[in-house]
Amino acid sequence: MAIASKAASPLRVVLTGNPNCGKTTLFNSLTGLRARVGNYAGVTVERKEGTILGLTSQRPVRLLDLPGTYSLSPQSPDEQIARDVLFVQLPEVPEPDLVLVVVDASNLQRNLYYATQVIELGHPTWVVLNMVDVARENGLELNVPSLSAALGIPVFPIVASTGEGLPALRTALDHETHRAGPLPEPRSFTELTESFGKEAESIESLLETELPERKRLAMAEAVLLLSDDRVLNTHAGKYPETIAFAIAAARNRLEAAGVDWRSAAIEARYARAAAIQMAVTTETSPPGETLSDRLDRVLTHRVWGLLIFVLIMGLMFQSLFTFAELPKSWLEAGVNALSSWVESSLPPGDFTSLLSSGIIQGVGSVITFLPQICFLFLFLSVLEDTGYMARAAFLMDRLMSRVGLHGKSFIPMLSSFACAIPGLMATRTIDSPKDRLVTMLIAPLMSCSARLPVYTVLIAACIPTRRLFGIFGLPGLTLLGMYLLGIAGALGMAWVFKRTLLRGEPSPMILELPPYKRPSLLVLFRHMWERSRLFLRRAGTVILAINILLWFLVSYPKISGSPAAETDRPTDQMRQSFAGRAGRFIEPVLIPLGFDWKIGIGIIASFAAREVFVSTLSVVYNVENEKAGSPSVANLANTLKAEKWPDGRPVYTPLTGITLMVFYVFALQCVSTVVVMRRESNSWKWPLFQLAYMTGLAWVLAFLTYQLGRACGWN
Amino acid sequence: MKSTVPESVTPPRPLSSLTPGTRGVVVEIRIPAEHRSRLLEMGVLVGTPIELVRFAPLGDPVEIKVRGYHLSLRKHEADLVLLRVNS
Repeated sequence: MAIASKAASPLRVVLTGNPNCGKTTLFNSLTGLRARVGNYAGVTVERKEGTILGLTSQRPVRLLDLPGTYSLSPQSPDEQIARDVLFVQLPEVPEPDLVLVVVDASNLQRNLYYATQVIELGHPTWVVLNMVDVARENGLELNVPSLSAALGIPVFPIVASTGEGLPALRTALDHETHRAGPLPEPRSFTELTESFGKEAESIESLLETELPERKRLAMAEAVLLLSDDRVLNTHAGKYPETIAFAIAAARNRLEAAGVDWRSAAIEARYARAAAIQMAVTTETSPPGETLSDRLDRVLTHRVWGLLIFVLIMGLMFQSLFTFAELPKSWLEAGVNALSSWVESSLPPGDFTSLLSSGIIQGVGSVITFLPQICFLFLFLSVLEDTGYMARAAFLMDRLMSRVGLHGKSFIPMLSSFACAIPGLMATRTIDSPKDRLVTMLIAPLMSCSARLPVYTVLIAACIPTRRLFGIFGLPGLTLLGMYLLGIAGALGMAWVFKRTLLRGEPSPMILELPPYKRPSLLVLFRHMWERSRLFLRRAGTVILAINILLWFLVSYPKISGSPAAETDRPTDQMRQSFAGRAGRFIEPVLIPLGFDWKIGIGIIASFAAREVFVSTLSVVYNVENEKAGSPSVANLANTLKAEKWPDGRPVYTPLTGITLMVFYVFALQCVSTVVVMRRESNSWKWPLFQLAYMTGLAWVLAFLTYQLGRACGWN
Repeated sequence: MKSTVPESVTPPRPLSSLTPGTRGVVVEIRIPAEHRSRLLEMGVLVGTPIELVRFAPLGDPVEIKVRGYHLSLRKHEADLVLLRVNS
């Protein structure tokens, strides 16, 4: 390869390592938080890539962050991607010029198990030894030169969270940009037993002839293929049949000889990893209880652990109402000011009406929920980054197992409180395909952030602000109730699915409980912002488009006759507009739920995205009230309170509010979820099924709520 | 591998039957071969010393300490991991 052409192309560096080894922290400090986040083709595994900053070299260095992986025998789609990139089996990712394996110094044996697998692949590889400070605190002193000698590659001790050791790593990367040395000789860290080793060698030579382009990987690949029964199934097209036959025959011979081909290589590798770990470690103090152990004594305690868990969840929901209130009122005031300014400075007419009622009020009413959504995301990021999320799974596994799921399903469900889409993506860590599908089917029942605006407005309009037992406000309790209802619905449906459609034996749950970490504020806010931006982008695009369409549907066709008629009788205009007709068309289905046709417009309009319900109501009612002299931006809740049926009863009674909220708890009003579900389940069958069952459930439960409420004389 | 663990007088006990704080060495893993690999790859092998740290508040799963880190597995699997307890 010519040096000149190499200088122009970027140096491709791949970052890999166990989960919880601090890989993301290192990635963030090397790339300065300016990563491009995307997806790998065909799957929704997150692909994070960035340019390493702070290098002097002219040649750019691109860093690709692979999903955290325990081994090269993948058990989940995330791990599959990591394996495929390192085996150069993904067409979209070229062969790496350099692989950085992050190794947690405080958990050396298991991290070395993976690191030696990667080193064996024969790419130029460096070990980044992270968290040397934690190891030191735990009384472990590591001898870096002898670790480097044992592994045969460079080792860089660092503390990713403080930046210690990063200058040395950067300098070495600078050198690497103009190095054109020979590739390292592949080496092996597993002393295989004779029979297993012989079979592996014969597969190796077969791989060398069949797949000459990956010759250097052949021995590592042979050992993995021989001991992992999943790879051949999932990569059916990537290996010739002769190899599959040879492997099956080799396994038969090994079994006949009494060799366990599944565990032989694992045992040999762990023996080596343990030997290396012991050779390079000096215990400076006897292993005692770490801070993390002490925290766990409380946080997973029989009584305190559960109590704290409930308190954390309670605090989370209470703060959505209290802390977010102030910034929310500022945003509201800003939107109102903008809208009135537009109305007063532009001549009255259709365009002004579109701009102020349709666009500014509509989009604005959704944007005002941004503070609450930011708080929700911030909370979830804190839970994730501190390591508490794994404890939540540990605490909740028993409950989840009651309905046939895992503690691991708890994390996607918890993420679905923010948004079902990251929730669906988080199911990729679930190993069993059936469990994963069940989790995906029920995850959207968890009340996502898009429901929060709906709940908030309805609670403000329908639920009296009384206090219970002096401390709990009725509004807050109602909100908590809706979230609990979603959880109960999700668990109930999981139970049903696991017993009917997706019956299967329980798969083992093996979950690491990583040490607690102090999260970096910068990263927390970065996470919060990235996720909130997604919400804003939707407010800016989908919701804007729907609002313009809706404004049109509400404003046209005009009542025949003079335009003055419209302003005299806004309700009539509304009633005979396109939207009004659609609302009235579905009214027969809604009457048993106690909804009128205007709520019907809201439900139809929010079919694509729930939060549109709020902006729809503000469009619907503001259009109506424009003439009534109310400020164009009336407090939506007050407008709703004043809304009456033709016979004078209020529309938004507590019962209607609760019924409508129950409907929104269960209805799948979200196009994005349907699309992501299609991508994740790889068929249209499951998203359509999900849409049908959730909509059906929503109607039936809303019906029961309303009718039972009335039967009990509650109105 | 199995033969390297010295025979002693105490019979092997399932991991799930230990009390928190007890240490032992794995002598046998009875989990079916096709479900065993991830546990092995996490470092729970025949001959590995393990400490039972605690049971979850609702009784399941269990938390163990193995090779210097904490891992949780269900009682269902912990029943099938047999240990020789250090006396």
